[in-house]
Amino acid sequence: MSLAVRVIPCLDVDGGRVVKGINFEGLRDAGDPVELAARYDAAGADELVFLDITASSGDRETTYDVVRRTADEVFIPLTVGGGVRSVDDFDRLLRAGADKVSVNTAAVTRPELVTEAADRFGSQCVVLSLDVRRCADATASGFEITTHGGRTGTGIDAIGWAREAADRGAGEILLNSMDADGTRRGFDTELIAAVRAAVSVPLIASGGAGTADDFPPAVLAGADAVLAASVFHFGALTIGEVKQALAQAGLPVRPVGRMSA
Amino acid sequence: MSAPAVAVLDYGSGNLRSAQRALERAGATVHVTADHDVIAQADGVVVPGVGAFAACMSGFDAVDGPRLIERRLAGGRPVLGICVGMQIMFERGEEHGHDTPGLGEWPGAVSVLEAPVLPHMGWNTVSPPDGSRMFRGIADQYFYFVHSYAAQRWDLAADPAGRLAAPRVTWTTYGSPFVSAVENGPLWATQFHPEKSGDAGLVLLRNWLETIV
Repeated sequence: MSLAVRVIPCLDVDGGRVVKGINFEGLRDAGDPVELAARYDAAGADELVFLDITASSGDRETTYDVVRRTADEVFIPLTVGGGVRSVDDFDRLLRAGADKVSVNTAAVTRPELVTEAADRFGSQCVVLSLDVRRCADATASGFEITTHGGRTGTGIDAIGWAREAADRGAGEILLNSMDADGTRRGFDTELIAAVRAAVSVPLIASGGAGTADDFPPAVLAGADAVLAASVFHFGALTIGEVKQALAQAGLPVRPVGRMSA
Repeated sequence: MSAPAVAVLDYGSGNLRSAQRALERAGATVHVTADHDVIAQADGVVVPGVGAFAACMSGFDAVDGPRLIERRLAGGRPVLGICVGMQIMFERGEEHGHDTPGLGEWPGAVSVLEAPVLPHMGWNTVSPPDGSRMFRGIADQYFYFVHSYAAQRWDLAADPAGRLAAPRVTWTTYGSPFVSAVENGPLWATQFHPEKSGDAGLVLLRNWLETIV
């Protein structure tokens, strides 16, 4: 009996609608984040992540509405990120019903944001999202922070930044490998191990999942949770298949299947 | 039977919306409030709480929380503490080397867990005692935890004369064992978040609602 490895689907939300293909049987509305969240809950997801990719800040209100309606219907933890720039953004999302808020570029630009959010709301709801790529010699560790969805290198050492953010009060790290992302050739286990060695907060590994067998190595490298998007949305894998692979590797998981409550 | 009336104590801490909606789903009529009359009259009161012990106690004090809760308990009226809302029922919280007094309903301190990765974040199992009403039908389920501190001892002895029902204490292990739930007369509490624990959490809330009306 021990803490279960969390399996987390990530939904990209644009203007209140889920984008990227979603391939669930019998969905009434494949673009409705609330219905999808409920389906993933029923399928055994341990948590949900919404990544708000809405370009126009004028459409932010739709995001709060989606968070509100999801939190009203789905009783598992919900992390919301994307475009979070200020303590006020944290406050609005938490009030709407998010349990945790993830921050990425804005924290790289102004690291004090992590400190301010942790002081005000507690570390448990501050998730630092890192978009990392390998670099030949730009940083000491060979891993570099990128911003703007991986397009812009910063020259900031990813391992050092992870450590600093945890010291500033980030309660969890969401680690995205930009090299592995979209390849479906497995997680970057060297990157996971390097961040694990640097921080003692929970670590969510993301980027590169292709088959169920890709997940156990990420956990064995030091991840406490695994996150994926497209393999779940396109129906290539179910949450249950991932949990089965983890269990076969001897890792603890929360069993899939609804209670007859 | 009419729906039990539950007041969720609003003192500026916790995801109150989730607590409200989960309790409604479990069958309660819910008010999120710090109004003294509503708190006094409710069939059950939920004390939520996330973040730091000291910050929660300060918000709790600001709404006269200690008096509200102590009055209810003195009258045998049900209260359910969740997460830091459970922790503040103990004598004190130890954070960063200084102590903050709690309500003192239970002896002992809430202190930092000893584990390589903190916070303890995610789904874990529980070991309830025989006769637990809280975990009826869900003793083998997982529940969602987010915390770095917990009560790691239980020092309240059973009443030697046997006039009071012995507290039922549930344990979970993360690094070392800690108290993950208590059923002590009208005062129940969980270190985990039933409102975030899916179907199992809703059953737990329903189990509580059944005891309060």
